[in-house]
Amino acid sequence: MLEIKDLRAEVECTPILKGLNLSVKSGEVHAIMGPNGSGKSTLAQVLAGHEAFKVTGGSVDFDGKDLLALAPEERACEGVFLGFQYPVEIPGVSNTYFLKAAINAIRKYRNEDVLDAIDFLKMFKSSMKLLDLDESLINRPVNEGFSGGEKKRNEVFQMLVLNPKLAILDETDSGLDIDAVKIVAKGISQFRNDNNAIVLVTHYQRLLDYIEPDFIHVLSDGKIVRSGTKELALELEEHGYDWLKNGDSQN
Amino acid sequence: MSFTEQHPAFLKTTGGPDWLGELRNAGIARFAKLGFPTTRDENWRFTDVSPIRQTTFTPATPGACDVARLLQNSGCGDWPGHRLVFIDGVFTPAQSDVGTLPAGVRLGGLADMLAETPEALQPYLGTGAVVNGNSFTALNTGYIRDGAAILVPDNIDDSATINVWYISTGATANAVTQPRTLIVVGRNSNFTVTENYLGTGDACYFTNAVTEVMLAENAALDHTKMQLESETAYHIAAMHVHAARNSRFKSHAFTSGGAITRNTINAQLDGENIECTLNGLYLGRGRQLIDNHTCIEHAHPNCNSYEIYKGILDDKARGVFNGRIHVWQDAQKTDALQTNRALLLSDDARVNTKPELEIYADDVRCTHGATIGQLDEAGLFYLRSRGIDTKTARGILTYAFACEAVTDIESQPVRDTIEQFLIDRYRQL
Repeated sequence: MLEIKDLRAEVECTPILKGLNLSVKSGEVHAIMGPNGSGKSTLAQVLAGHEAFKVTGGSVDFDGKDLLALAPEERACEGVFLGFQYPVEIPGVSNTYFLKAAINAIRKYRNEDVLDAIDFLKMFKSSMKLLDLDESLINRPVNEGFSGGEKKRNEVFQMLVLNPKLAILDETDSGLDIDAVKIVAKGISQFRNDNNAIVLVTHYQRLLDYIEPDFIHVLSDGKIVRSGTKELALELEEHGYDWLKNGDSQN
Repeated sequence: MSFTEQHPAFLKTTGGPDWLGELRNAGIARFAKLGFPTTRDENWRFTDVSPIRQTTFTPATPGACDVARLLQNSGCGDWPGHRLVFIDGVFTPAQSDVGTLPAGVRLGGLADMLAETPEALQPYLGTGAVVNGNSFTALNTGYIRDGAAILVPDNIDDSATINVWYISTGATANAVTQPRTLIVVGRNSNFTVTENYLGTGDACYFTNAVTEVMLAENAALDHTKMQLESETAYHIAAMHVHAARNSRFKSHAFTSGGAITRNTINAQLDGENIECTLNGLYLGRGRQLIDNHTCIEHAHPNCNSYEIYKGILDDKARGVFNGRIHVWQDAQKTDALQTNRALLLSDDARVNTKPELEIYADDVRCTHGATIGQLDEAGLFYLRSRGIDTKTARGILTYAFACEAVTDIESQPVRDTIEQFLIDRYRQL
């Protein structure tokens, strides 16, 4: 589904990604871990098409399409979803209006009929309940006045509603207490199936206790320095990232 | 011929009592002395009215107008309430629908009322809008002839809105109209008035409007002004509000028309426990210039004023906001809140904004904030990351910015009309 080859990107002339390779297939969950400043969030933003990051080399193939040639909205319409680390508040735009605009933009792109007068509350009720989101949220402005936890749960809610092929979740677990992590994990597990893929960018092992990834990759200084299965996360938890850096140099 | 030169002929065609003649003469004399303001005047620093000064305007003669259709096309065809229609400055009873009024309420054209019962108007006309300040107000006073007259006695609470329509047809080339609106609300009375300016086509004309509002003790007025003049017209308007103690005044000014627009609002809070709200939304594009000057005089203790002005400027449009709040030494416990925000949609759009707080009392709470900015990049990316294209995303964010200034309009039909206007203009930006 996703084939990243030798990806290089910079922000304000500072190289962040320095030749990153990653291959994600349908049905897989990949966790990207790594110390602060290793380039985890940059990877997520570059895949979503944020213009502050300049791609200086490499390629990203998404289901046979050159992802880097597409505008952010085209990527979304092709089925890429980014769960933001810091979801943006949009005063004056209700969640209902926002979701309706997004759903219809995607449907239009796929030459499907746009949904007009649909009952959103009814349509989203189960997802909202799953994520323990109050129904009144649907009529409130996007993320405005939401608590940190509500914002993150709202990201997962949007993911369930938009049902992308590839979900990149950027530190969706950060800033959450343990109960909220469980709720978020429940939402992600609900989403997970054989036809989609998930890339979890996370700083901690915590979320992985609830969502078992197929692969774990450790990002350091803009490159994946180690890949493995879930046991890698436990080793990291035990020894810290320094262990890996040393280990890497010995290899 | 200039306005001063045309004045003797104007006086010949309009009669009226002696006091009115004196008022008109005082007005034109003052205007002759002041002339049009220039950008050297601090109050007109960013608003160059020389296009008005350089044009010779002729008094408008009423043209033909399909009022029902015009209102329909402007999205206000279904506004309920009493209706006063003025075509090119002249009251048109055939197009108006005064309807049934509570006993004692007088509603109609100023010219008719001046002919029938001038004594009912004498205590008010010209007392709220003092001629010795603004030269446009002086000019309007010199040419007082017609406009909406609304006289509400004490203890009347009418839920029906009074909708006043000033329509310019552009039938006369370079026409000028100088409507004078008078709103007097008696003790314990509560009224809602909308004052609307519509233009047809792309004619060049000049509207020089003055509105006088007088609120007695414990009176309340909700006033909305919707200005949808032709974008090649000049619209200069001044509203002078005199509020007595315990009264409430709420103004909402929506502006999208006019090549040059100037809205001046002066509110005199002349008593304790007055609540004054001045809100506004202006939308400029092309080379439009929209200037809002407000002044709130806190002369007595325990009064509150709230003010929120928002503007959206595209292309080479320019906006001016000047919000003066003057708290007199006696006006302790004043609570004044002022916010103005401008959104610039293009690199060439400009806004000059100035909060002007002059405070002489020491136990007051006065806050003000001004922001000028562009659409939030983070918000744009967020919307795009969900599949919404740039154009639509910009439209959504612009609409949202404007909408925040609309939600507090009390009148549902007015709110609906303005929201629809915003959707039409910005949703598909």
